[in-house]
Amino acid sequence: MAETDIVLEAKNITKQFPGVLANDQVNFDLRKGEIHALLGENGAGRTTLMNILYGLHKPDSGEVFVDGKPIVIHSPKDSIGAGIGMVHQHFMLIPVFSVAENIMLGDETTHLGILDINAVSQRVHELSHQYGLDVDPSALVGQLSVGTQQRVEIVKTLYRNAHIVILDEPTGVLTPQEADDLFRIMRQLTGRGVSIIFITHKLKEVLAVADRITTMRAGRVVGTVQPNETNEAKLASMMVGREVILTVHKEEAKPKEEVLRVEDLHVLDDRDLEVVNGVSFNVHAGEILGIAGVQGNGQTQLAEALTGLRPSKSGKFIMGGKDLSGKPPRPIIETGLAHIPEDRQRHGLVLSYTVADNMVLCNYYLPPFARGMVLQQDKVDENARKLIKDFDVRTPSPYVPVSKLSGGNQQKVIVARELSRNVKLVIASQPTRGLDVGSIEYIHKEIVIMRDRGVGVLLISAELDEIMSLSDRIAVMYRGKIVATVQAKEANREQLGLWMAGAHVETT
Amino acid sequence: MEWRRLAVIAFVIVIIFGTVVLVGYSQTPALVIITSMLATTIAVATPLTLGALCGLYCERAGVVNIGIEGTMLGAAFFGWLGSIYMNTVFHFPQLPSLIVGVIVAILAGGLFALLHAVLSITFKVDQIIGGTVINILASGITGFLNRQMFFGSNSVFHGQIPNSPGVLPTIHVPFLADIPVLGKIFSQQPIAISAILLVIITQIVIFHTRWGLRTRAVGEHPRAADTVGINVIRMRYFNVIIGGFLAGLAGAYFTLESISSFQPDMTDGRGFIALAAMIFGNWTPFGAWSAALVFGAAQALQINLQFFRELIPPQLAFLQNSYVVGLAPYLLTMLILTGLIGKTIPPAADGKPYEK
Repeated sequence: MAETDIVLEAKNITKQFPGVLANDQVNFDLRKGEIHALLGENGAGRTTLMNILYGLHKPDSGEVFVDGKPIVIHSPKDSIGAGIGMVHQHFMLIPVFSVAENIMLGDETTHLGILDINAVSQRVHELSHQYGLDVDPSALVGQLSVGTQQRVEIVKTLYRNAHIVILDEPTGVLTPQEADDLFRIMRQLTGRGVSIIFITHKLKEVLAVADRITTMRAGRVVGTVQPNETNEAKLASMMVGREVILTVHKEEAKPKEEVLRVEDLHVLDDRDLEVVNGVSFNVHAGEILGIAGVQGNGQTQLAEALTGLRPSKSGKFIMGGKDLSGKPPRPIIETGLAHIPEDRQRHGLVLSYTVADNMVLCNYYLPPFARGMVLQQDKVDENARKLIKDFDVRTPSPYVPVSKLSGGNQQKVIVARELSRNVKLVIASQPTRGLDVGSIEYIHKEIVIMRDRGVGVLLISAELDEIMSLSDRIAVMYRGKIVATVQAKEANREQLGLWMAGAHVETT
Repeated sequence: MEWRRLAVIAFVIVIIFGTVVLVGYSQTPALVIITSMLATTIAVATPLTLGALCGLYCERAGVVNIGIEGTMLGAAFFGWLGSIYMNTVFHFPQLPSLIVGVIVAILAGGLFALLHAVLSITFKVDQIIGGTVINILASGITGFLNRQMFFGSNSVFHGQIPNSPGVLPTIHVPFLADIPVLGKIFSQQPIAISAILLVIITQIVIFHTRWGLRTRAVGEHPRAADTVGINVIRMRYFNVIIGGFLAGLAGAYFTLESISSFQPDMTDGRGFIALAAMIFGNWTPFGAWSAALVFGAAQALQINLQFFRELIPPQLAFLQNSYVVGLAPYLLTMLILTGLIGKTIPPAADGKPYEK
C-alpha cells in the first residue's frame, strides 16, 4: 500500500513508568479505512500506547504522525483536534447527563451563551442515521444499556469529526450478539473512511474482524500479521511468548451427591433493588456448574449472598444439610466452602499482610495455626512454604506484602488458600479476570482437578469462552433470574448469547 | 424539586408565621404581620442564600467547602475595615466607602477560597480539614486584628472606634414597592436583592451554559471531562473562587448591610446553616434558596416576636425566652438534616481530589 494511505503513525515510542518499561521503541501505523487490531495481554503496553496517542500520557521519546505530519500531543484536546477519538474500556460518560449533554461536553454549541441542545440533538440524529447507530439524544445515559452507552461513545467521537477511532477492549462488557452488532458498526465506519484501532485480547474477534493484527508483549511489538496467514494458536503464542494450550482437557464429569441447593433466593443490592430475583439451582459433587451472563445481572450479589457477605432477602441455600441463609461467612466456610472472589484485592486478600498471613485468613484461629489465643507463627510459615511450592506462587519470600505480587500470583495465593483446605464446594467468581494467559491456564487446570477430586464447583464468569470450556452444566442469568440451564455438551454459543441478552427461552 | 421537599418548606413556614400571627393579631392586622415577617425573612436569609450558592459552585465542581463560615467571617471583617479606612482615613463619602467595603469583602472571600483551592485541589489535603483550617484561621485572624486595631491605647486607632459609614441604603423596587402593605417586601437593601438575582443567574449558569455543563461534568466524573479536553484543575479552581466571591458578598451583609459594626465570630454558624440549605436544596439554586428562606423565617420569628413580647399568652411562655426562640434555626437545621429531607444525591465526585 502507498505511503499516503497511512493516517496515523507512531514511531519509536518509549514510555517508562516507575519500575516498568511500558513501551519500548514501539512502532505502529494505521491505514485509511482499515481495522487494525492491537492484541496483547494486560500489561503488554497496549493501553499505554493508546493513552499516549490520545494525550493522556506523555511519551519519554518518539514521534506521532497524523496524515504524514508530525503532531505534538499535550492533552486530549490536541488529539481530538487531530481527528483522533477514543472509546475507553470504562466508558467516559456521565450517568446523570443526557446523551446530548454527554456528546457535546467539551465541544458545546451555544446560542447567546445558552447551550443549544436542539442543535446538538439534530446533529446526533444525523450522525446516528448516517452510521446506523441508534441513540436517543434526550435519554439519560445512566438508564441506557451498556451496548447503547458504547454507541453513545462512538457517536461522541464522530461528533468531533474523528477519522481515527480507538476502541479499547470494546467487547468485554457485551453479549455475543451485541459484539456482532458492534462489528457491523465498525465495518460501516471503515466503509465511510474512518480508520479503527481495535484493542483486545480475544483471539476469535481479532480473526473475525481485523484487517491487520499487531501483537504486543511486555512493552514491545512482537509482529504484525494478516488474519488469513495466522490462527488462534499462533496468535496466542505471539501474545504469551510460548506455546499455550487453549483448550481445557477434562474427562467426563461424574456427578455425585448434591452439595449445594439454592431455593428461590432473593437478594438486594446496595441501593435496595432486588437484583437476584428468585433463583433456584443445585450443584453436585464432582461437577462444574457455570453461570453465564453479562456483568451486572445479579451474579455478584448471588455470589456474595452464598458466601455470607450479603444478607439474602428471602429463600434459602442448603449446604451439608443445613440452611445457611442469613449466616455470617465463618460458619459457611466451616461447612466446607472455598470462595475465589470476584474482586481479589478487596475481598480476597489483605493487601498489606504478608503472603504467609494471607494464606491462613480462613483458618488462623484453628489448630495448628493457633493455640488458644496465640498464633503459631512457625506453623503459619510452614504452611506458606508448602503452598508456595505446591501452587507455584512466584514470590521472593513468604514474608513480602501480598500487594507486591503480580495479579496472577495474587490470584494464586487465593487459590492456594482456598483449594488446599478440605472443602466440598468451590464458588469461583470471575477467577481469571485480568490475568495473563499462563495464569489462566493454571487456574483452569486447578478448578478441573478439584472437580475430579469430587468437589462441587460453582463457576461465575462473564467470559462465555471460559464458561463453555470449563462447565459441565451451564445456567444463564439475566436480570436476576436463571433463564435457562443446559448440559454443556448441548450448549451452543449463539443460543447462550440470546439467553444472555434476555431472549425468551425456546423449548426445543 | 420534588413535592415532598416543597411541602416540608411550606409547612415549616406556615407554622412559624402562624405562631407570630397568633400572638400578635390582637394588636396588629395579620396581613401586616405576615408582610413584615416576609420582608425580614428575605433580608435575614441573604447570607444563607449566598453561602449556599458558594457551596453549590464548589460542590458542583467536586470540592467540598465547609469553610464558608470562615470565609464569610473574614470577608465581613475586611469589608468593614475597608469601608472604615475609606471613610475616616481617606475621607470618602459614605456610599462610596460602603461600596469599596463590599468590593474588599468580595475579594477577601475570593482569597480565602483560593487558599481552600490550593489546599484541596493542588495539595489534595482532606477537604474537611482544609475547610476547618479556613474556619479557624478566619476566626483567629479577625479576632486578633480587631483587637490590634481598635482596642487599647496602643492600637491603630488609639482605642477610639472610628465612625463607621453606616449601612447600605434600602432600595425601593420601582412600582412593586409602592403597593400598599405588601410593598414592604420589595423594599430591600442591595445585597439582599443581589442574592435573589444571583439565585436566578446561578440556575442559568449551572444548567444552561457551557461553563455549568463543564462544572457539573468535573464534579460528576472528572476523568470523563479530562478525556474530552476539559482542564479539571482549572475548572475546580475557578468555581471555588467564584464561590469565595459569593461568600465574600455574604460576609459584607453582616457588617455593611445588617449592622455597621464587627463583633468576633459574628457569623454565628450561619455558614454551616448555608451548607445545610444547599444539601436540603439538593444542590440546586432554587432548592437552596427556598431552604435558606426556611432558616430565615426561623430567624425572623425571633426578631418579630420581640415586638409582641407582652402579648405572648402564658401557654406559650417559653416563647418569651429569647434563647429558646434563638435556637430555632439551629434546631431546624438538625431536624431537616436528620431525615425530613429524604434522599439527596450529591455530585458523584464530590470531595474527591482528581488524580490523573
